[in-house]
Amino acid sequence: MAIDTLKCVGCSDCVVACQVENDVPVGYSRDWIREITVGEYPSLDLEIRSERCNQCDNTPCVRTCPTGASHVVEGGIVLVTHDECIGCGACIESCPYDARYTHPEGYVDKCTFCHHRVVEGQNPACVEVCPTNCMYFGDLDDENSEISKLVRTRKWKVLEPETGTKPQIFYLK
Amino acid sequence: MEENIITSGRNNHLIDPVLNVWHWEIPLYLFLGGMAAGILFFASLQYLRGKAEDYPSAVKYAPLFTPIMIIVGLAALMLDLKHPLYSWQLYTIIRMESPMSWGAWTLMLVTPLSMMWAFSYVRELFPKIKYPYKWIYTVEKWCQDIRTPMAWVLVVYSIILGIYTGILLSAFNARPLWNTTILGPLFLTSGLSAGAAFILILAKKKKEIHLFTEIDLLLIVIEIFLITHMIMGYRAGTAAQIEASEILLGGKYTIPFWVFAFGIGLILPAILKVLELRGKKIPLLVPSLLVIFGSLMLRFIITFAGQIT
Repeated sequence: MAIDTLKCVGCSDCVVACQVENDVPVGYSRDWIREITVGEYPSLDLEIRSERCNQCDNTPCVRTCPTGASHVVEGGIVLVTHDECIGCGACIESCPYDARYTHPEGYVDKCTFCHHRVVEGQNPACVEVCPTNCMYFGDLDDENSEISKLVRTRKWKVLEPETGTKPQIFYLK
Repeated sequence: MEENIITSGRNNHLIDPVLNVWHWEIPLYLFLGGMAAGILFFASLQYLRGKAEDYPSAVKYAPLFTPIMIIVGLAALMLDLKHPLYSWQLYTIIRMESPMSWGAWTLMLVTPLSMMWAFSYVRELFPKIKYPYKWIYTVEKWCQDIRTPMAWVLVVYSIILGIYTGILLSAFNARPLWNTTILGPLFLTSGLSAGAAFILILAKKKKEIHLFTEIDLLLIVIEIFLITHMIMGYRAGTAAQIEASEILLGGKYTIPFWVFAFGIGLILPAILKVLELRGKKIPLLVPSLLVIFGSLMLRFIITFAGQIT
């Protein structure tokens, strides 16, 4: 996934779309908005971005999971098998993005990139509803995909690169 | 350059505003597991050295309490699980990458061994004890017969249990305060030290008291060295670790750490033990309880402080 920080206005449509699509319990969220202001008034610089699980390539959550409930599926999306999760919290502690939480039913939950939609060839709900079209979803292994071209041609950054997680959400600058 | 970060749309329970997933259950278990590991290590070591009669507190008395410690610790762990009905899933797989997985398997081995070890010595303490069923006598005889192989397994696995409690926390690079390789050896030393202190509480023989006072003093000195080394490591580490160490150096957990865990839990008992070895009369219970208290505090402070970083 790539998110264009120059286009994001922080409207939170992605947050609401996710909650509706994935039946996220009230009071919880799988994605959120972060606004970073740098500098002192009047010379300020503002960055707004929509954040969620980074579906890392090197996953600390999958590594620390004692039962194998957290796993990576074909294509790189990280999922949690509810019936295998014991709710120990190791993955929550291991995530530098604090992207996971314990579902009221006991298992650990997080963004799935709307895996159920992706397997049917649709975009994740957040990408679909974004009114500024700041989010791009696609296959990074396919060099002709729109997202591959964007990541090749635009400047980007990833979050918390020092933790070595190789996050798969690229924030375009 | 000033930076302001505002997060909106997220207020997840136990995650926001600061991560607070693990409560008292985890550090209590880390402490009890570490202390039980310490006792079982000294018990099996002295047994293998053929010193069971010289050091009865270490080999026979203190281990009687280890099954209780481990079971209370495990009960605390179960309380912490948010999906406990699925905890059997731990035993469907061995995940070498996950410290919690090999901790679960280590406990699967050490817990019954601690019970069998303790059970094999019950008769020495209560010679007249009678059991209602015949098969219990058979089990008792069997446990007594296999003490040597049990001791060999325990001497290795008690160390693994002791060090795993630290490695469990140090395996999270998202939490810079925990993410130091010193934490494994530090928790192991602290567990051994608490184990030695517990043995001292029950010790009556002069020779045993003297040996374990010396051992405990040595372990305290090693712990002080490891803590110093850990702090130096943070200060010389990455930006995240320098920032994380502030929590112990002026931040929220400065006083609990330096006064309770370090001062009352290490320095004070060390002074008392030196005085004791020089012939001063010190009630045995005092330095031992201080060491155990310090070991408990260390687990609580590191667990709580690390989650914030």
